[in-house]
Amino acid sequence: MGFDWVYLIEVLLGGLMSGVMYSLVAIGFVLIYKSSGIFNFAQGTMLLFASLTFVKMTENGIDFWTALFIAAGVMVIFGVAIERYMMRPLANQDLLALFMATVGLATFQEGFSQFIWDSDIHGLQMNKFLDLQLLDSAPIFVVEHIPWLDILLPKFDIFASLVAGSLIVVLAFFFQKTKTGLSLRAVSDDHMAAMAVGIPLQTVWAIVWAVTGIIALVAGLLWAERVSVSFTLIEAVMKALPVILIGGLTSIPGAIIGGLVIGVGEKLGEIYLGDAMGGQGIELWFAYFMALMFLVFRPQGMFGEKFIERV
Amino acid sequence: MIYRETGNFVTDYMRDREIFPMKFDKIMVVLGLLFLYLYVPTTSEYMLSAHVIPILAVGLAVVGLNILTGITGQLSLGSAGFMCVGAFGTFNLMLRLPEWLMSLPVALMISGIFAGLVGVIFGLPAIRIKGFYLLVSTLAAQYFVWWFFNSFTYFINYEASGVVAVPPKMYDYWGIGNFLGIDMQGYSPRYILALTIVIGLTYFAKNLLRSTTGRNFMSVRDRDIAASVMGISVPKTKLLAFFISCFYCGVAGGMYSFLYIGNVDLMIYEVDRSFTILFMLIIGGLGSISGSWLGAIFVYEFPILFTWVGDVIFGGAFNTAVVENVSNMVYGVFIIALLIREPGGFAALWATTKQKLRMWPYPH
Amino acid sequence: MSKSLLKINNIEVVYNHVILALRGVTLDVEEGSIVSLLGANGSGKTTTLKACSNLVNAERGAVTKGSIEYDGKDIAKQDPFKLVKDGVVQVLEGRHCFTHLTVEENIMTGSFIREDPKQAKQDLERVYDHFERIRIRKKSLAGFISGGEQQMVAMGRALMSRPKLILLDEPSMGLAPQLVEEIFAIVKNLNKEGVSFLVAEQNAMVALKYADEGYLIENGRVILKGKAKDLLERPDVKEMYLGVGEEGQTSFRDIKYYHRRKPAFT
Repeated sequence: MGFDWVYLIEVLLGGLMSGVMYSLVAIGFVLIYKSSGIFNFAQGTMLLFASLTFVKMTENGIDFWTALFIAAGVMVIFGVAIERYMMRPLANQDLLALFMATVGLATFQEGFSQFIWDSDIHGLQMNKFLDLQLLDSAPIFVVEHIPWLDILLPKFDIFASLVAGSLIVVLAFFFQKTKTGLSLRAVSDDHMAAMAVGIPLQTVWAIVWAVTGIIALVAGLLWAERVSVSFTLIEAVMKALPVILIGGLTSIPGAIIGGLVIGVGEKLGEIYLGDAMGGQGIELWFAYFMALMFLVFRPQGMFGEKFIERV
Repeated sequence: MIYRETGNFVTDYMRDREIFPMKFDKIMVVLGLLFLYLYVPTTSEYMLSAHVIPILAVGLAVVGLNILTGITGQLSLGSAGFMCVGAFGTFNLMLRLPEWLMSLPVALMISGIFAGLVGVIFGLPAIRIKGFYLLVSTLAAQYFVWWFFNSFTYFINYEASGVVAVPPKMYDYWGIGNFLGIDMQGYSPRYILALTIVIGLTYFAKNLLRSTTGRNFMSVRDRDIAASVMGISVPKTKLLAFFISCFYCGVAGGMYSFLYIGNVDLMIYEVDRSFTILFMLIIGGLGSISGSWLGAIFVYEFPILFTWVGDVIFGGAFNTAVVENVSNMVYGVFIIALLIREPGGFAALWATTKQKLRMWPYPH
Repeated sequence: MSKSLLKINNIEVVYNHVILALRGVTLDVEEGSIVSLLGANGSGKTTTLKACSNLVNAERGAVTKGSIEYDGKDIAKQDPFKLVKDGVVQVLEGRHCFTHLTVEENIMTGSFIREDPKQAKQDLERVYDHFERIRIRKKSLAGFISGGEQQMVAMGRALMSRPKLILLDEPSMGLAPQLVEEIFAIVKNLNKEGVSFLVAEQNAMVALKYADEGYLIENGRVILKGKAKDLLERPDVKEMYLGVGEEGQTSFRDIKYYHRRKPAFT
């Protein structure tokens, strides 16, 4: 029997789709890193908090759009509060201290979101609210014009990739072409100098954290649709880590490409390498190994900014 | 004023380089050792088993991480993985080798070396990768090690449950128990062993920082390019730091499993524990050995204290989930507040206080 | 006598709650003048400037006594970015260019507070006119250009906000004497266009040559002030800061220090 090509392509596509999901988390990460040089560990709990807020509201009979709107508002308020009470006093501090502060934030948020809501596992079916055919989870046939290739691809995944894609286009434009984008890049290079030239750090950061909150909401909803809303969402952050490191911490397109690489690599590894390695669950570390291999050849990731050092 | 920093005169270089230059310090060290060796073992079993021994074990891992992250500047989230290597290494050494050859203290040290070697392997990418990017290497170590011991059940002697209790005879090393007529599995002898290892290794770490090797570590942290220009081999220094740090973590892991819990269990070495250890380090203060211990004590005791206080005030009016969530919230806020107040952690707080006391009664 | 633009009145700055960096600095920058602040390492020059631009807060410092007035208003609590809007901008010591941005992007960051993009374009041209050297490097990353060019980028960046007062911190650091002269010549040109300067410098010779007034600062205190020309003439200043004695060589034992009294416990 020959090699099962259709199966391979199916695996590849599946990988691409889970890659998109990783990228969605990764974008939020990159946004914070790019605008302040901070490695935001709280991204996972932001996801949890956002989607939990949304789900609890819909469960209490609030309709989809209102709930979405309120949840987005809550995330914006949260983002502004983070800037006011955490980032502002810590501006210009050691990046490791800032990283640790985000870990503290993650701990707080984990407790907070489960305290005001609950720690149950919630299901989320978006097509219950949205009568979009696009969200129909039933697989469809793509590449139908090639009759001998029957490949299953859920519509939902296409929808998720569309969302991720448009987010990236918007953000890339924002960073490269607008004045605020430019000032954000400046802030991530040097907080002090940015303050000295008159960039209002506080406003800028408040915007970034608010936007990150909204991205977390979007990503959280899409993840929740796949895996349900529970504290396991926090672990999405550990999945996104190798993704952003491969793509480069500062690159938004890198987050997408990294996500796809990891998604595909993980699936291929699991299927074709898993047995040879004598045990299941190699996806636990496989992504990290791939990232490691990448970084050894390109220490700044695929699209990351070069390290510039003067002595 | 009993404690005075002035009036310490030395007449030769050996005395100038002493680790405790002041007479007062020397007295305090001797008193402290007497306290730790003579008084603490006689406190309650609960005190030793639930507070002292776990802090000793975890604190040692923090000191190890400090050597890597605080002193050499290589960020690591793999500490629990290296502890895991230490725990399983100790278990397998004790299990596979004949009794006359292997004893617990020796096994702990050797498995520490194993962990160190694993650390060197995962430290290799550090030659090329810097900063936050290095997280990927240490996390790979963490996940790989965990998966490895999870998949190859040979290492836990094919125990189906994944948890092996440590056989009592493993505690009896060198026939001391027989000789003195003590039950070596009791917490006091365990504590004495843990304490001896910890004091030895902390002393070693403290001295390491004052040596050429320690200064090389620090120069690599502060500016690796400048260090290489000064003739320091950066790759060698980084790998050495990985080895020493992971050695500490390995020993700490062995201690945690053997001296504290009493069984070898993979579940306690998940990535969360790596985070906890990094937490302890940063709260304590990067680069300071005493800070590491302060951080370890604080982070370990905080949830216990919080639950206790909650119990006293509310008397169990809330269920455990609520208590845990609130504890998480308070803890998170506290960490952020501490970092805002003093990004350098307890060690910097202590240094500032000392400075203030020197100036006293003037404000500055 | 023209009107005073910046008035620092007996300020005290404490870092980290214990370290006293300034213990009474009073100085005055008149509109349209160049004032240089001279002193050795660690004497408090940078801290003085950062106190004015309110960047000490970001370094865990605080102004604990005294007042800082700009244009008649108290600015001790003003946000740095509002200060820039009002026309006070600082050029940091050691340049602090955004290494991952190109030269042009670096300069454009300075125009954040300007609303009109067309005006920003004009200003950019003006910056390039002043600093011809960096025009040809505008597409290179700021991390890769030379120290002198970086200094020019940093100054150009500050100019983009159309400041009335530039706080210039050690522009000569690590530069060749020729470049130092060039930078100061540009400072003089800008001054003619109406920008006032407060320059902290170690290179007293050059700084006094281009300045109108000079202040000497030691151990966090102003110990001497005067017209730049007069200071250049004073024998003690010559010995201490310019390295030329009245009769050639002087023994260091005879050099007069300006400590009025011993500093309190440091």
